[in-house]
Parts: sequence; structure tokens; C-alpha cells
Amino acid sequence: MNQAVPEHLQKTARGEEVTLLEAISEGLYEEMVRDDRVFLMGEDIGTYGGAFKLTKGFLEAFGDRRVIDTPIAEGGFTGAAAGAAHMGLRPVVEIQFMDFISPAYDVLTNYIATSLYRGAGPMPLVIRGPVGGGNRGGPFHSQNVEMAFFHTPGLKIVYPSTPYDAKGLMKAAIRDDNPVIFEEHKGLYRAPSLREVLPPEDFVVPLGEARTVLEGKDVTIVTYGAMVHKSVEAARVLDGEGVGVEVIDLRTLLPLDEDTIVESVKRTGKLLVVHEDTRTGGIAGEIAIRVSEKAFEWLDAPILRVTAIDSPVPYAGSLEDYFLPQTDDVVKALRYLAAY
Amino acid sequence: MADDFPSGLDRDQLLELYGALRLTRAAEERLEILQKQGHVTGGLYRSLGQEAGAVGAAFALQRRSDGTGDFLTPTVRAAGALFLFGGELVDFFRQYMARATGPTKGREANVHWVDYQKGLVGPVSPLGTMLEVMAGITLSFNLRSEDRVGMVFYGDGASSTGAWHEGLNFAAVQRCPLILMVEANQWAFSSPTAKNTRVKSFTEKAPGYGIGAESVDGTDVVAVYEAVSRAAAKARSGEGAQMVELRYFRRLGHAQHDAQEYVDPAVIAEWEARDPIDLFHARLLDHEWATEAELRSIRDDVEERCKAAAEIAIGEPDPEGPDAVDDVYTDVVTPHPWTRAATPDPHTA
Repeated sequence: MNQAVPEHLQKTARGEEVTLLEAISEGLYEEMVRDDRVFLMGEDIGTYGGAFKLTKGFLEAFGDRRVIDTPIAEGGFTGAAAGAAHMGLRPVVEIQFMDFISPAYDVLTNYIATSLYRGAGPMPLVIRGPVGGGNRGGPFHSQNVEMAFFHTPGLKIVYPSTPYDAKGLMKAAIRDDNPVIFEEHKGLYRAPSLREVLPPEDFVVPLGEARTVLEGKDVTIVTYGAMVHKSVEAARVLDGEGVGVEVIDLRTLLPLDEDTIVESVKRTGKLLVVHEDTRTGGIAGEIAIRVSEKAFEWLDAPILRVTAIDSPVPYAGSLEDYFLPQTDDVVKALRYLAAY
Repeated sequence: MADDFPSGLDRDQLLELYGALRLTRAAEERLEILQKQGHVTGGLYRSLGQEAGAVGAAFALQRRSDGTGDFLTPTVRAAGALFLFGGELVDFFRQYMARATGPTKGREANVHWVDYQKGLVGPVSPLGTMLEVMAGITLSFNLRSEDRVGMVFYGDGASSTGAWHEGLNFAAVQRCPLILMVEANQWAFSSPTAKNTRVKSFTEKAPGYGIGAESVDGTDVVAVYEAVSRAAAKARSGEGAQMVELRYFRRLGHAQHDAQEYVDPAVIAEWEARDPIDLFHARLLDHEWATEAELRSIRDDVEERCKAAAEIAIGEPDPEGPDAVDDVYTDVVTPHPWTRAATPDPHTA
């Protein structure tokens, strides 16, 4: 055991359970130890340890050349990460809240995503940060940003739902030679129900592979992030009613694991897509067209979706709860499909 | 008896500067011929009147081809800097002609290409981005304690962007060894500088970032070389980002499709009288640093090289359409459109 590893990042080594946030911290830390080309940039990540304390202790462990507190300029430091990646470094950039990634949209879509294609070489960088609602964060601390980037060839998008996946996907993302947007649902960061003991050895979860969380024969749910857990809750309700629900956690949104989706729908004949992101232009549309292309003859019901409503994320609890997809919405949709 | 050489340059270097100026102009004039012949795929950008800015600036840096030298991001109006950094003439033509053999295999245009061994990072069209990118490149020099600087060119217009500000501020805060070359050619497409900024000189912006700045006559190749040499020395010594403003005039339109009817012809005529190549030519002769025959020989040589390189590119193929799916990711294969198959099958979409 490396004595320099901060106490709070040794839980896995001690065989203790970790939260999703701790799993990401461990993954980041281990990759920085493993590869000295990996370095961090972001707002308040050094001295303060990050808005969610995800990089607490990193500055002391790695110094201010590898843990860089940046000006408040997401476009500027994301662009600088691209320059560093050109030079063979592997930057991991924190966007303090992913709602603030929009100033970096230009450099991410025009520059970073096109680099390989333009002959400017691979872009081994990770843009990571907290997303998602349910924390009364209001319009600017609650958004999901995947679909702003889903349409951009050249980017990968990762969105884990468990500590195991979060750590394994983070390591895989850092080792990937393509630019990866890594979304971390802040509602899952410290969720006690998700705590789990992780393997002490080095492991990765490959990008681009979905995971079947629950097997079932009657309806397929395709989902990701926080909605995995609400979908599983709903599936348990339906199980009590004699309906078998298969729950697929995409884990990586881009590239999309189409094979796993299509294979499942061919068995169940019914598909429900559940995402926390807003409705119009959400990933459900892309999944539906792919199933239409590949498994139309196997469908026994319309493809349905449960999503957030098409509005900004509201602040008041009553409004936000109405805005967000809830377990009961999933239950109702599943019952509709089961009866169809 | 010839006069003393300026700025510690020797005679060979003065002739090299002259050759680089002539090469820039000859390459662009060759492009115009290629365009008239229908060989140029997209826009054609000239740097007429700005050649000395690019050449003098690049000449002041450490140009190596082994991956240890300084870095350069040119613009379309800094082709002379690109050539001095080892950018191949034939690649310049291949890029404009979108040839499969070019460095971007026909996927990108003109000077937008990269050769890290030579320190070349071609720009993208949103030019302000390149300040951010060069900030990161020069940050890597700091992180690795390397004695290198990075130079980035941009025009009047890019300095209005948020990316310009964010990239420059980042570089300033991190004390990145970055040299900003402002091509103050008085026009951003059809917009005069006054529509982009209230300052009279871009160097007035530098104090706002805590960086050093200098303004120089961009038609004087030796003066540019001297100014950039000073800036590079400061950047190397740990003073961080430095700005050099090149004062000159864009004597042709934004691109060939722009007849520049919005510019007073009398002003263009004034600047024609200050042509950077003519000025340097006369200076070389006046000081007896070169003979007319030597300069004629240099000019003939670069024009011949341009013609020969263009001929090579003319004879080369365009990329194949299906190549469009390659290299989107390092490891994920982009599918071909199912309708392009001999027997379309939507299930293979």
C-alpha cells in the first residue's frame, strides 16, 4: 500500500464500501499514480478539493502542476486541455456543474471532436462533472447535458449508475484515446443505497457496453444514470404483478450499445426508454429509430418513453418533482405496455 | 563595401528571409492560377502585403523537425510562417486542392494541418480557439520544464471572441510561454477594426491581462524579426505570454470571392507603395547586401518550385467518397449509409 495515498481514498484497499463519488475519486487517483501524463484542471479542484470534494487531497498528493486551479472559463481551460492532449498529456477536466459546459461547446464540438478526423491526432481527454436533478439546484445546477453532445461524431459520452461502473468507466475513459464526456449524477454521489465493496485490483469497464441489470421476458426498459434505480424499483413492482421487466443500463451513451438493446427487444417485443433528460430530442428518439430499423417485426407494442418534461429545471421541490420522471411514471408505463 | 548587417543576421539569413517572402507570394500567385484552372476546391486566401509579418515572426523562433522546437499556429495569411516551420509546399497545394495525398486527406482545407514533429498546429476556422489550444500546448512546456515557446497568429476579428479572452487569460495566469501575433490588417472580412474594438492598438489590451506587448511595422521584415525576438526572449525567461501587433493592411479581399469594394482604392494604393517585399528588396540592394541578379535568381527558384509542387498535386487523386467514414474515432467504426449498398437493406442501417 502506498503510504502517500490519502486515508479517505483507501476504503477499497481496506475492503470497505464506497459511494459513487468515492469510487470516481479512487479511479482518478489510481490513474494519476499509474500514468504521470494524467493531470487535472478545473475550478476550485485544488486547494478546495472540488465543489463536491471529489478531488480532496489530490493537490497535496500530486502538486500544482498536476492539479491546476483554473480561471472561471470553461471554454478556455477545455481548449487548453486540447492543446495539452496534442502534446501527449492526458487531461481530465472538471466542469464544476455540467450546466456550465456550454461555454466549452465550441471547442468540444468544433475542435476536440474533429481532431482525429482533421489529421490532428487523437484527443485523449476526459471532461467530467456533476449532472442531474433532484437536489433543488434550480435551472443551472441540475441539467443533464448528454444530448447537447450526442449529435457530435468523435465524442464519447459516459454516464454511470453504480460505484463499480463509475470507477471502471472512469479508468477506461482516461485510458481511451478519444475525447470522453463523463457525467456523474450528483444525486447518486453519496446515495447510501448504492454503497458497495469494489474489487481491490485494477479493473476497467469497457466503454460502449451496456449492462443488463435485471432480466425479464415481457418488457425491456432501456435507461441510464439515476433512472436505472427508479426503473429497477418499478420493475420490482411489476414483478409482483407477474410481469417480467428487463432493465438495461446503457452506461455509455455514445457509442450506443445497439446490439444489447435490439437483442433484448427481440425477446420481449416491448420497449420503454426512461431518461431523466428532457423529452424532445432525448436519447429515446434515437433508440426508437434504431429498434424500428433493426427489430420492427418483433415489436408487439408502441415504443414508449418516460422522461423529464420539456422545461428548464425548476427550483421548488414541488415543481422539480413534477418535472422529473418518477418511479410511479415508470410503473404506469410498464403496466400500459404489459397490457397492450 | 556593404553596410553592416542588421540585428545580428548574416547575409545568408537575409537572403533566406527574402526567399521566404518571395515563396509566400509565389505560392499564393500559383494558387490563383490553380483556381482559374479549376483545381482549388474551396476559398482562396491571400496575404498580399502581410508576408513580412509571418516571415519575420517565424524566423525568430527555434524551428526544428525533431519534435523539440518551438510551436506555431499560423493563419491563412501566415503561410510564410508555415513554410519556414517546414510545411511542405506540395502539401500546401494538396490542402487547397483537397487531395487524398494531403496531410488531412481532403478532410480539411488550406493551412489547417498539423505536424507535431515540426511544431506545426494548423488552425481551425473559429480562430479564437487557437489561443486556448496554444495556451494548453505552452502549458505542457511549463509542466515538463521545456525551453520552448508557442506562437499563435490571429486577426483583428478573433480578438473579439470569448475564446480569445479565455485563452489569453489562462495563458497569462499560468505564465505560459506564448506569443500572440495580432495580424492588425485593419479588416475582419468586411468589418473595419473600429467595428471590432475601441482601442487604437491591440497592445492596449495587453495590460488588462498583465502581459507584455509591442507594436511593430508589419511591412518591415527585419523589424518584425527584432520585435518577435524580444518577445520570445521574454517568454522563454519566464515572463509568460507576450503580444506582438503587426501593423499593415490587407490589400486584397477576405478571400478571392470578395472584391473588397468597401475599401477606398486610394488607401490600397498607399499600401501598395509600402509593399513588404519591394521594401526589403530595395533595402538589400541599397545596403549592398545582395545583387539584383542574386535576388532574381531566388525569385526564379521559388517560382519554379511552386510550379513543380503544383504539378505534383494536380496529378494526384481526390479522396474516395467512402473514405468519409474513416477516423471519426480511434476504435469505433462509423457505418456507411445503408442506401449506398448495392442492395439496400434497412436492417443493416
